[in-house]
Amino acid sequence: MVENRPGLTVLCHAGLLLGIVVIAFPIYVTFVASTHRLEDIMAMPMPLLPGAEMLHNYAQALAAGTSGGSQAPVWRMLANSTVMALAIAFGKIAISIIASFAVVYFRFALRGVFFWMIFVTLMLPVEVRIIPTFKVVSDLHLLNSYVGLTLPLIASATATFLFRQFFLTVPDELAEAARIDGAGPMRFFRDVLLPLSKTSIAALFVIQFIYGWNQYLWPLLITSDESMYTVVIGIKRMIVGGDAANEWNLVMATAMLALVPPALVVMLMQRWFVKGLVEAEK
Amino acid sequence: MEKRVVFRSAWLPYALLAPQIAVTVVFFFWPAFQAAWYSFQLQDAFGLTTRFVGLQNFEALFADSYYLASFRTTAIFSLLVAGAGITISLLLATMADRVLRGALAYRSLLIWPYAVAPAVAGVLWAFLFAPSIGIVTYFLRRMGIDWNWIIHGDQAMLLVVIASVWKQISYNFLFFLAGLQSIPRSLIEAAAIDGAGPARRFWTIAFPLLSPTTFFLLVVNIVYAFFDTFGVIDATTQGGPAQETQILVYKVYYDGVKAADLGGSSAQSVILMAIVIVLTALQFRFVERKVQY
Repeated sequence: MVENRPGLTVLCHAGLLLGIVVIAFPIYVTFVASTHRLEDIMAMPMPLLPGAEMLHNYAQALAAGTSGGSQAPVWRMLANSTVMALAIAFGKIAISIIASFAVVYFRFALRGVFFWMIFVTLMLPVEVRIIPTFKVVSDLHLLNSYVGLTLPLIASATATFLFRQFFLTVPDELAEAARIDGAGPMRFFRDVLLPLSKTSIAALFVIQFIYGWNQYLWPLLITSDESMYTVVIGIKRMIVGGDAANEWNLVMATAMLALVPPALVVMLMQRWFVKGLVEAEK
Repeated sequence: MEKRVVFRSAWLPYALLAPQIAVTVVFFFWPAFQAAWYSFQLQDAFGLTTRFVGLQNFEALFADSYYLASFRTTAIFSLLVAGAGITISLLLATMADRVLRGALAYRSLLIWPYAVAPAVAGVLWAFLFAPSIGIVTYFLRRMGIDWNWIIHGDQAMLLVVIASVWKQISYNFLFFLAGLQSIPRSLIEAAAIDGAGPARRFWTIAFPLLSPTTFFLLVVNIVYAFFDTFGVIDATTQGGPAQETQILVYKVYYDGVKAADLGGSSAQSVILMAIVIVLTALQFRFVERKVQY
C-alpha cells in the first residue's frame, strides 16, 4: 500500500462485501426456495431462511422431474450435460492441439489458407448460423444424438490460438535437440510438447467445460426427445406457464443442480482458469 | 513470429489438421454458405417450392418496422449491458486492487457467476422479480412501485439487463484486476509522493493505462450482449412484452424456428454476420496497436 488511509481501506472492504452479497443474493434465494414446500414459496413474501424440505425436493427432481412441466428425471439431464461438457472440452482440446502443432512446427502448401479457415470461425458464434447448421445436422440424421449435440460446437478457433501462442514461446532448442537425437515429430510432440502444455490444457479444460455445460440454443433446437435434454434445457422445459403454474421448489432445486457443477470447476481450478481466460483472449 | 526449427513430412501436417478442418467445413462453412444462399430465396407458405428473389428479403427487412425496432432494442440493450457491466466491475476491481489482504478471497467469491449459464441466470432473476411471487417484487410493491415486467416493456428491459450484467461482472472483473495489478507500483508511489490522492491517481494513471483493457472489454461485452444473452431472454421475457426486448439474435431464432420464415431469417443471419465481422475486425486492429505499444 502506498499510503495509510484506513478509512478508505475500510470503505473498499465494505464495497467489496456489498458486491459479494448482491451477487450472491439470487443464488441464496434460489437455494432457500429449493428447500421449501411449494405453498410456502407461493406465500408473499416467501421465507428467507432455509426450510426442511431440501432432501425431499432434490430427490423428487432428480428421480422424477416436475409433474406439470417436463417429467424427465433430472439425473438423466445431468448425465447428458456431463457427457456434452466433457466431449466438447476434450474434443476441442484434442483437435486443436494437433492442428496448432501442424501450423507451428511444419511448413507445407496451403498452410496460410488452413490457418485462415480456422481463424474466421472465431468470429461467428453458433447463434448466427443456427438454422442452416440445424439443417446440416438434420440431413446427417444427428438430431437427438450426442454426436449432433457436441460435434458442431467443437469447431472453434479459441483453443487453436491459445496453443499456437504457447507453442511459439517454446524454445527452438528443444525441437533442435529432439531432431539431433533422432526423434520424429510425433515423438517430439508426445514427449516434449504435451508435458509442457499441461497448464494450457488445464486452463482450456475449465473454459470449455463451462462453455459446453452452459450451451442453451443448440441443445434447445436439436433435442426434442426428453431423454436427451441437458439440465439447462430441462429447467426451461419445467417452466410452463405463469408464476403460479410452476413447481418453483423443484425448478429451483434443478437450477441449483445445474449451476453447482460448473461453479465447482471454476472454484477448484481457479488458478488455471484465470490464467487461461486472461491469456486466451489476448 | 515463425519457428526456426521445423519438421519435414509430406503428409503428417495435413493429417494433423484434418479433424479440425473437416468439422469447420461441415458445420461452419457449409451452413454459412447456405445462410447466404437462402437469404436470396423465398419459400411459399407450405415450404414446397423456393425461388430466387435477389435482394427482396433484405428489402423486406429494412421496410419492416419491427426489424428496425429490433436494431434499436439491440443497441440500447448492448450499451446498457456493456456500460453497467464495465462500470461495476471496474469499481470492484479497483477496490480489490487496493485491499492487499484478502484480495484473493474476494476474487474467489466474485468469479463464480461466470460459471452460471445465461439461461439459468435468467430463471433466477425472473424468479426474484416474478410479478406475483417474487421476493424483490414484494419489497418494490411495499415501496409503492408498480412492478410487473410482463406488462411494462421498460421493466422487462431492466430485468434482462440486470440478469445479463450479473453474469458478466466476473469476467470483466478478472480482466480489470489483472490489468490493475500489472501497473508498476513505482508509478503509483511516485504519484503518491507528489501528493496525488487516490481519486487523482485513478484518473491520471490507472484509468489511462487500463484503456486497452476497457476497449477490449467493451467489444467483448457488446458481442456478449448480441449473442450470449439469447438464453437470458428466452428464459425470461421471450422478446416481450410487445417485442420490447426482442434483440436481433432472438428475432433470427423467432422468425426462423417459430415463424418458419427461412429466407427472412437467413437474410437476418447474413446481416448479423456482417456486424460481427466488423466488431471482430475492430478488436483485432486494437490488438495490433496494443502489441506495438
